[in-house]
Formats: sequence, structure tokens, C-alpha cells
Amino acid sequence: MKAVITVTGRDSVGIIAKVATECSLYKANIIDISQSVLSEYFAMIMLVDIHELTIDFSDFSDKLTALGKGCGLDVHVMHEDIFNSMHNI
Amino acid sequence: MVNTKNILETINMIQQENLDIRTITMGISLYDCVSEDEDRLCQKIYDKITTSAEHLVKTGCDIEKKYGIPIVNKRVSVTPVSLVGGAISPDGYIKVARTLDRAAKTLGINFIGGFSALVQKGMTKGAENMISIIPEALAETDFVCSSVNVASTKAGINMDAIKIMGSTIKRAAYLTKDKDSIGCAKLVVFANVPEDNPFMAGAFHGVGESENVINVGVSGPGVVSSAIQRAGDCNLSELADVIKKTAFKITRVGQLVASEAAERLGVPFGIVDLSLAPTPAIGDSVAHILENMGLESCGAHGTTATLAMLNDAVKKGGVMASSHVGGLSGAFIPVSEDAGMIDAVERGALTLEKLEAMTAVCSVGLDMIAIPGDVDESVICGIIADEIAIGVVNTKTTAVRVIPAYGKTVGDSINFGGLLGRAPIMEINRYSPAKFINRGGRIPAPIHSLKN
Repeated sequence: MKAVITVTGRDSVGIIAKVATECSLYKANIIDISQSVLSEYFAMIMLVDIHELTIDFSDFSDKLTALGKGCGLDVHVMHEDIFNSMHNI
Repeated sequence: MVNTKNILETINMIQQENLDIRTITMGISLYDCVSEDEDRLCQKIYDKITTSAEHLVKTGCDIEKKYGIPIVNKRVSVTPVSLVGGAISPDGYIKVARTLDRAAKTLGINFIGGFSALVQKGMTKGAENMISIIPEALAETDFVCSSVNVASTKAGINMDAIKIMGSTIKRAAYLTKDKDSIGCAKLVVFANVPEDNPFMAGAFHGVGESENVINVGVSGPGVVSSAIQRAGDCNLSELADVIKKTAFKITRVGQLVASEAAERLGVPFGIVDLSLAPTPAIGDSVAHILENMGLESCGAHGTTATLAMLNDAVKKGGVMASSHVGGLSGAFIPVSEDAGMIDAVERGALTLEKLEAMTAVCSVGLDMIAIPGDVDESVICGIIADEIAIGVVNTKTTAVRVIPAYGKTVGDSINFGGLLGRAPIMEINRYSPAKFINRGGRIPAPIHSLKN
């Protein structure tokens, strides 16, 4: 089971570190990261393994959204199934 | 890894183009609540609904978080109340309506459907008693939705029932005159009503359904509209392909959510309803899709053809994406709930007659249309009879949800707010069909050979 974390907002120091720390706190293992900065606008997509997640998925999602709000970033956590079912036959 | 382009496309659909799951509706059978005693009946109904759907709202919210997609409504539909109430008194039926409303409030859902009767061929005493107090029931409650099926392709059209519904609609408008006649927004008159429709106000739990069922209605006019815009100046074959592919993706999300909700609630999955359901929000309009397909304004000549193509392509794309498709499945064209339709009416491009023609090729019918409050009952019956005839002859579902807004006339508008939106009062043809309506009886079922 994997989840996709997307982070968008104004670039600042330590965004990846903050998200990664939160992930490690709840044992979400980072598998892949792609990120880009376009004229101070930060966008990151992170794929995490959630097999060993220590809290409920919805709580995990709440934690990351709250983390995002705290630093002015838009953070969304979505289970990978939504992408697989939409884009694969 | 999941393709980045696909991830961004999905996120864009949800955040920019208003992709959402319009409703998760749990169907609940009330057959085991039958009782001669009205209070006992109400108690059993309340207990059954609040127990069966206890976790519906929470489950909906959890799934919403898991997949990051809004699930706008969580709703309940029940067995048509007239089948369960039998010959209880009209007062008893009011008590049932209050009970449904109370159950909806306990559950935290925003609509409960099933204050309904099936009278396509004739009316039982129970149906008669229930229909007689629909206006009072809608005025007294907040969340109860009512529907009456007055015709089917196999049974023909029950004109006696249509006559009763004309006066019922007028009275519902009067009794809720302080709220822009909102009672009428919760009352639908059907032909060939589907028994697994998750959308309100016409949802009920059909007679052939299991004890409980989960039906899901998807949405996404904004997504289709944007896809068409991106496709640019392609020809209609290519455009149909673009719509099909988009409908496939939208429906897959509906299927995913429906399966997950069914599993979590321990209830069988019923159907996904493929409807394109607009909301008054900007960028969530079916009329704008038609305009993006090439019309100067929705309502222009060519609208029916455009809508026919859209509706067909949505179904073709959606059918493959879901294991079971049902309900209304087609494009909805309500006026008050669609910003583009409202604009088209206000600029004089869209008339009631054009809307009627459009309903011959798409889902549902004359929906959320405000007409002057002083219109004669028989004219409303005529509007219903015309629309119902389209459904009966073409073997499809049609319906009428008109609002004869009490005290209002052309130039005024009504505003319900929220999903129900606002509607300008539309001019209608006032020549009288009274003599035809007053004949009563039934229009026989249509022949299904010698087609022309």
C-alpha cells in the first residue's frame, strides 16, 4: 500500500525535511520524491509506503495537512488506488 | 511509481475542475417496519434507519480523506413510504415524515428520500393518503424528499394521478411561500422511475432491492468542460472520444469509492450512477459544456443534438469503468443548480419548450424550473403530462420538478442557496389544457412496434 503526498506553496528552507520528519514519525517510508521550484513556487510529489503506518490513514492525512497549514503550504495525502483506478484499465 | 503526469491530472481535476463524488446514498428497506400502529411504525422506522446508517457519514468522511476527493453528500433512501404505511391515516403519514426527518438529523445526512408512491397504474388507499399530505410533510420537515411515479412504458400514464400532482405542487408552493416555495424543490413527479437512483429528490429504495445497498452518484461537469476546451478545434468524432475518456476516469473514481464504502459498511454495492450533475458553482455547469462544444449559448438551435452526443459519450465512457451502472445515468439539466443554465434563461436563449426537447435525449427531465406562482393548476398538469409522455413513449426516465413560486412572476427570481441554487422565474404558455386533464383516466401504454 502506498500513498502520494503532494506539497505546493511558496518555497522556503526545510520543506522536504519537515514532511520527511513527519513521515518517519509515523513510519511512512519514503520511496520516491520528485520536486521542482518555479519562480519561488515549490511543488513536490512524494510516494510513501504506508504498510507500517502507526496511525490511521485519515489521522496521518490530518497531521500532514496541519503541518502544511502551519507553514503556509498546501499538503494533500491520497491513497495510490485513486490514481491507479483512474489511469489504468 | 505512479506516473507524475497522471498524479497532477487527478489533482488538477479535483482542485481546479470541481471533480467530486456527488453522493453516497445508502438504500434501506423498511419492509420489516410494517405495523398497524402508527407510533410503533414510526419507532421501528427510526430505529432501522439510525442503526443501518449509523456509520454512513463517518465512513464517507474517512474515504474522502483516504483518496483526497470530496464526497459532497451522504444520504439515505428508503422503501417508498406508501408501501410500508399501507392504510394508515394521513396524519400517520405526517408522523412518518417527521420520523424520517428526525432520523436524517440524527445521522447528520442532508437529505432522506423515499416519501414516495408508485401509482403508474392506480392508487392504493395508502398511496392516496400519503400523497394527500405531501405538501404538509415537505413544509414541516427539512430533509425529507418526496417522489411520485405517475407513469411507465408498460402501464401507460395515470392522468388522475397527474391531476392530483398538479394541485399537490401548487399547495406545496403555498405552504412554503416564506422560503421561496422550497417544498416544490423536494418533490419530483416521475415516469419510469429507476429504483436505485442515488440522487435527490427522486431517490428511494426500490421494491426489488436487497435489505441495504450502497449506490454512488458521480459528478464532474467541470472536468468534462475543461477536457473539451483543451481538445481545441477537433471534429465531433474526436470530441466524443475526449468525453468518453474523461467520463471513464470520473466513473472509475465513483466505482472505487462505492466499492470501498460498501466494504467498510458491510453492505452490498449496488450501482454507480453516471450522471453529470452540475452545481451552481462556477465551472461546474452542464450548460457550459454544451457551450464549449460550440454553441453561442445553451438553448440555441443545435442544443438538443449537442446534448444527445454528450449524454451518449458519457454513458459509453462510464459503462466500461464500473461493474454495475444504474440510477439515472445521464446529464442533468436543472436550471437553478447550473450557473450556465441560469445565464441562458436570463439572456432569453433558453425556454421551457427547449428544455422539454432536451429532456428527450438526456437524463431526468424538467428540473428545478421556477414558473410564475399564479399559474393555473391545469397548466402544471399539462407540463407534467407532456414531459411524462416523452418518457413513456421513448422508454426512458423523465421527471418534473417545477416550482410555481408563490407571489412571484416573470422578472423575479427565487434563491434557495446551497446546492439547490437560484432560478429566474420563466415565462410559460398559459393556454389551458384543463378540459384534457379533467377527462381523467389513463393514457394507454404505447405500442412498441411500427416505430416512427
